[in-house]
Amino acid sequence: MKKKRIRLTPYLFLAVPLALLIVFTYLPVVSMFGYSVTAWDGLSPTKEFVGGDNYVEIATRPELFGVLKVSLYYIVASAAQTVLALYFAIVLSFDVRFRNLFKGILFFPYLINGVAIGMVFLYFFQPGGTLDTTLRLIGLESLTHQWLGDPDTVNWSLAGTSIWRYLGLNFVLFLGAVQSIPAQVYEAAELDGANRWHQARYIILPGIKPVIGLMVILAVSGSLSVFEIPYIMTGGANGSETFVISAVNMAFKYYKLGLASAMAVVLLLLVLVVTWIQRRVVPEERVDLT
Amino acid sequence: MSRIATVLKYASLVGAAVVMLLPLVVIVIAAAKTNDEYLHSGPFDLPGDWSNVDNYVTAFNDGGMLTGFVNTGIILAFSLVGSVLIGSMAAYALDRFTFRLRGLVIAMFLLATLVPGVTTQVATFQVVNRLGLFNTRWSAIALFLGTDIISIYIFQQFLRGVPRELDEAAAIDGADAFTIYRRVILPLLKPAIATVVIVKGIAIYNEFYIPFLYMPDRDLGVISTSLFRFKGPFGARWEVISAGVVIVIVPTLLAFLALQRWIYNGLTLGATK
Repeated sequence: MKKKRIRLTPYLFLAVPLALLIVFTYLPVVSMFGYSVTAWDGLSPTKEFVGGDNYVEIATRPELFGVLKVSLYYIVASAAQTVLALYFAIVLSFDVRFRNLFKGILFFPYLINGVAIGMVFLYFFQPGGTLDTTLRLIGLESLTHQWLGDPDTVNWSLAGTSIWRYLGLNFVLFLGAVQSIPAQVYEAAELDGANRWHQARYIILPGIKPVIGLMVILAVSGSLSVFEIPYIMTGGANGSETFVISAVNMAFKYYKLGLASAMAVVLLLLVLVVTWIQRRVVPEERVDLT
Repeated sequence: MSRIATVLKYASLVGAAVVMLLPLVVIVIAAAKTNDEYLHSGPFDLPGDWSNVDNYVTAFNDGGMLTGFVNTGIILAFSLVGSVLIGSMAAYALDRFTFRLRGLVIAMFLLATLVPGVTTQVATFQVVNRLGLFNTRWSAIALFLGTDIISIYIFQQFLRGVPRELDEAAAIDGADAFTIYRRVILPLLKPAIATVVIVKGIAIYNEFYIPFLYMPDRDLGVISTSLFRFKGPFGARWEVISAGVVIVIVPTLLAFLALQRWIYNGLTLGATK
């Protein structure tokens, strides 16, 4: 009797967490695959089976698959963001005046509510707004622009907002990784005559390789599933519609739940592939420094 | 280091600080202007009267910010208590017991972290709807608890460092598993509980899409959705919108200043899950 109780105990503790996980994560994922082969509108009692039609539609209608191109702007932005974050992490891991103040200023935007950030940057980019006024003050009046109204600049503006929002997270992750390298390693390198550039190139970079791997996957899967900033700021207007915005509109605005589910499946598979590639290219093991 | 390098280093830091702060500073300036002042001045022109709080009053009363804070508060309270209990129970079971399906359960939690949240809402919506949770606060609470893998991870990491002798001693004294969990494990987890509360608390306070999709009723507005709705009625009244933005950011700023070290550690732990 006692033995049986012990075997049952862990399941009792796991019952509620597992039930929630299954109902709110696995059930939706499984039913999403099911909906994706139907023409269901989300309301009617019948779900007409259409096979792979939705997937064919995604692949052939340029306004569906083509919106994935918008992700490229965000991938470029994440690359810039990673370089900037690494630079500031290296600078601030050495002795700098007002170190904590700079660290706090760089990190704080990451904590701000997304809607508030959207509003802040609508104000920032509006005609005659902060950006235009700044350009005028420094004599670059010719650059003032309808930043969010022009399809040529809207995605750069939104991607820039995204850098402003997420730089702090990358920076703090890098900072933690750089600081976990023991001080003796630098001391030894300095005795051997290594300058700051050598230290960055041959000690810091190899030492933080696992974090860079993590960053790449966060950047790519994040860029594929961009949603909040463009949805709040432009609603996807002027060519800023992302894949997720178009899937969400498909489901809740046009009531094409089948097609929307197929889009969600495509995105899920893309993210899984990226994760798998990253695991193969950058193995998780820590680099040995000693 | 050479002089030029030092100058460049500080110049880049100050430049970055300006880029980070400028968009926020102009919002604070705009929030103190009257409508007339706003219409006839640039973003850097200072308001005539810094003590003008009219816009804050308008944002708070007409913009439904009070309702937003109440609803966000209720959802936070239930979700955080639930997260701590559920996360610590799951972590306790996974770290302290060996059982046949342990590997499978861990794999299920890990795999779930790869599913991008926003997209599956297409199908999650049907589940929430069928459970009768649509347009209730329970929809947000249930979803925050149901997709809560970070807190399980944080608790498990922490439990790994807690010596087993403590619960074994209690077991010898005749305590059953539930008593051990409540009297030994939960009190020992206090630092991890603080981390979970901070990480989840910030995420829930900032969450936009779940309340937007599942709680369209005006009376159920949370901080994010209330501010989002400013876009309609206050469309061009940037001095009022700015006040709303400041009202939303100030609690975050206070929390950051008070809990800096916890926040740095907690959020980096959460991101590396």
